[in-house]
Amino acid sequence: MTAIKAESRRPADETLGEALRSHGISRRGFLKFCATTASLMALPPAMIPVVASALEKARRPSVIWLSFQECTGCTESLTRSHATTIESLIFDHISLDYHHTLQAASGTAAEAAREAAMRDNHGQYLLIVDGSIPLGNPGYSTIAGVSNLDMLRETAEGAAGIIAIGTCAAYGGLPHAAPNPTGAVSVSEIITDKPIVNVPGCPPIPVVITGVLTHFLTFGTLPELDSIGRPMAFYGQNIHDRCYRRSFYDRGLFAETFDDEGARKGWCLYKLGCKGPVTYNACATTKWNNGTSFPIESGHPCLGCSEPDFWDMGGFYRTLSMPTGHFSTALGYGVAIGAAAGLASALLGRSERDKARSAHEKVSVDDLDKGGSS
Amino acid sequence: MSKRVVVDPITRIEGHLRIEAQMNGDRIESAWSSGTMVRGIEIILQGRDPRDPWAFAQRICGVCTLVHGLASIRAVENALDYKIPDNAVLIRNLMNGAQHIHDHVMHFYHLHALDWVDVVSALDADPKATAELAQSLSSWPKSSPGYFADMKKKLKGFVDGGQLGIFANAYWGHPAYKLPPEANLMAVSHYLEALSWQRDVARLHTIFGGKNPHPNFVVGGVPCAIDLNSDSAINAKRLAQVQDIITQMQTFVEQVYLPETLAIASFYKDWASRGEGLGNFLTYGDFPANGMQDPSGFMIPGGAILNRDLGTIHDIDMNAADEIQEYVSHSWYEYEAGKNAGLHPYAGETTLDYTGPEPPYEQLEVEEPYSWMESPRWRGHAMEVGPLARVLMLYASGHEQTRELVGMTLKKLDVPVDALFSTLGRTAARTLETKIIADAMQGWFDDLIANIKAGNTRTFNEVLWEPSSWPNKAQGVGFMEAPRGALAHWIVINNEKIENYQAVVPSTWNAGPRDATGQPGAYEAALADNHTLHDPKQPIEILRTIHSFDPCIACAVHITDPDGEELISVKAV
Repeated sequence: MTAIKAESRRPADETLGEALRSHGISRRGFLKFCATTASLMALPPAMIPVVASALEKARRPSVIWLSFQECTGCTESLTRSHATTIESLIFDHISLDYHHTLQAASGTAAEAAREAAMRDNHGQYLLIVDGSIPLGNPGYSTIAGVSNLDMLRETAEGAAGIIAIGTCAAYGGLPHAAPNPTGAVSVSEIITDKPIVNVPGCPPIPVVITGVLTHFLTFGTLPELDSIGRPMAFYGQNIHDRCYRRSFYDRGLFAETFDDEGARKGWCLYKLGCKGPVTYNACATTKWNNGTSFPIESGHPCLGCSEPDFWDMGGFYRTLSMPTGHFSTALGYGVAIGAAAGLASALLGRSERDKARSAHEKVSVDDLDKGGSS
Repeated sequence: MSKRVVVDPITRIEGHLRIEAQMNGDRIESAWSSGTMVRGIEIILQGRDPRDPWAFAQRICGVCTLVHGLASIRAVENALDYKIPDNAVLIRNLMNGAQHIHDHVMHFYHLHALDWVDVVSALDADPKATAELAQSLSSWPKSSPGYFADMKKKLKGFVDGGQLGIFANAYWGHPAYKLPPEANLMAVSHYLEALSWQRDVARLHTIFGGKNPHPNFVVGGVPCAIDLNSDSAINAKRLAQVQDIITQMQTFVEQVYLPETLAIASFYKDWASRGEGLGNFLTYGDFPANGMQDPSGFMIPGGAILNRDLGTIHDIDMNAADEIQEYVSHSWYEYEAGKNAGLHPYAGETTLDYTGPEPPYEQLEVEEPYSWMESPRWRGHAMEVGPLARVLMLYASGHEQTRELVGMTLKKLDVPVDALFSTLGRTAARTLETKIIADAMQGWFDDLIANIKAGNTRTFNEVLWEPSSWPNKAQGVGFMEAPRGALAHWIVINNEKIENYQAVVPSTWNAGPRDATGQPGAYEAALADNHTLHDPKQPIEILRTIHSFDPCIACAVHITDPDGEELISVKAV
């Protein structure tokens, strides 16, 4: 048996720069990567050397990826990232020490790899979680006979930080949709003593997953977050504000069905139920799969998949409406849909509107419009 | 000596799967397959707008990322007798075809290959000899000595760095690995190449569905309009991109995936005589020429094959109460009629009822319920679904290309036709059907172009879009061939809302537990067929056969409730 096991690793002495050179990656190629990374993170060109220097000095940080109540869509999305690519990520940037879908070892050997990574990198490894955690019964989801709750707690204990990938890990997601049969909750409802970054989306955009990782690897810090834990760099703007179809909304030109003049000419999908106005994500700017397209560009209204409880927002094809009262979650999702937008907007003062916007609550486009804000 | 070998988690699959094997000496005597995660998606669907469940159901699985979306909209369309335009049929075929090709290649290289390919052995390869090997298989342009030298250098740097990441703790050096170093280096190189290839070809879904994973669908057609004079619809530029992706798919399948599967298989012919299991095969049929209402136009026919008898294809009826039934005798659910009843999906009922050991646990009680998966049966028979079932169905129904490909494969490997019924046969069948589907993609694309040329650009039928136009009560079944096999969703619509929603999915057929009569599921039967473990601590033999099915366990676990009543009654814990 070849004696290559997690236990027999060389001491943590090889830096990323050395590793890259030994892999035949040129300095020029490396800097090009850093420039792409900096641009992805909206950093000025002057920061490229900082990114390069930080990446070069780093030993590949250990990453443990736990999958709970999930569909593997988030992992699939990770593999679709064009920059950083998955092969570059796992060969050059991180040591992905535990990941069900990708790792070679199974069973006891897989669990031993997780335990070794936790032991060798205690306090330093990054924990990534996809999927929600069922609290209804420990038997609802187990790995190696261990409940998700126990495995999360055990693995989070020595983590430097946690990234909750996908709406299920970030906010409960699909399993949490009414009536939440298994008592599914998000990571942040269980772990309260660690920094957590939420990277929601169903799944998140591929380059957003790797972009957040690269931020952590480069700066050793977690990025600035919004009020519900999402990195501002990717979730700071709503899709409606950045949508290339916005001008048609402004002119009152809407697709009424999926194959009418408006659909063919690329008019606004608001009337078909688009949730772009209340959805904070980078789809309209970053787009999907190497900038190929994004849902609205391919003719389908935005589902709102990076928002908490988007599954319960009242129907994907119901025209977006708005809350009629205060912005409690229950009201927002329950009462909002079907309310008359005009009446509601009349009831809504500017301060409440701003409050709602800052908390990313549901506000109608009409309302945003009348306030003169973009 | 009798001993229980437990493998949990089974990695390099979708979802949470646990295998327990009872050993008799070094031989597997019996095996049990357990799905260890449940979410309750079908409960969540109760009472919702029937135009919405495709998105929920799609999240059953993000690997076969579009199949549940497609099955769902077909179920609604079947219930409402909702016709869709020809172009929508073709675009859905292209999207599902692309899903099969993408999924099968990723399965082979990223989920299955490491059962046969020793990454560490690749370090001993001679790049020049590797190039000669690769060039003997195909004219793939990257097969140069320099390319393989670079790959070897990259791999060596990685291993020497001491941080093996996803390759840590695996069974490298196990005597079950038979490939020469050069074949290992070739396959590892293609492991990396396939990662790059897959994210490019996934863009076909992005063009038509806006994103991948989880592209968008719509009941009544497809969401993307066609307009050659628009900058925001399927136009000449988009169509050119699609053509380019189809060509990329065909080239990789022909020049890399197909020849490499056969080359690797030639070193593992002992796996052509184990891992069969049931000998019963089921397909629902798919890739329609004229829409789902005309099964005679399906490229892959539906039907059942029993006891390896390729001379008789049994008709199946998705709506017959006594054909497709689900059992929960060994599942963590309750039936009102008792644990041993079998229920057709329209009459299905399920109540979560976890009676397994309290976590953390060491071993399941396999005489009791032991899985979140149910046991589907066709006329009481346990059936295997998937690529092997489809290739056998195509073969049995006289599909010319399939007969040629199967004949070529058997001849090249110098194995008898019985070799199809095995772990190796299952893996080879997946590759062969990828070739068949990749070729068919061009035909669907050409038909789409011909329609557009003739002035037919319709992609959506708005007639039944508004729920107010629907009958008060309707029910239907949406079926398809997903990469892992026959998939169907059943929906009951009442007063514009979902009254009942159920899915019977490929990995439930294959990975489900024993039924009321003690009949094992396909995984369980396959593992009991001629498996010896060289080292129970490194059960690579179990992984080979389980991975040959390409498990998708999030798919396989689902729960239903016809009445919308309280569903959860937790007895244990």
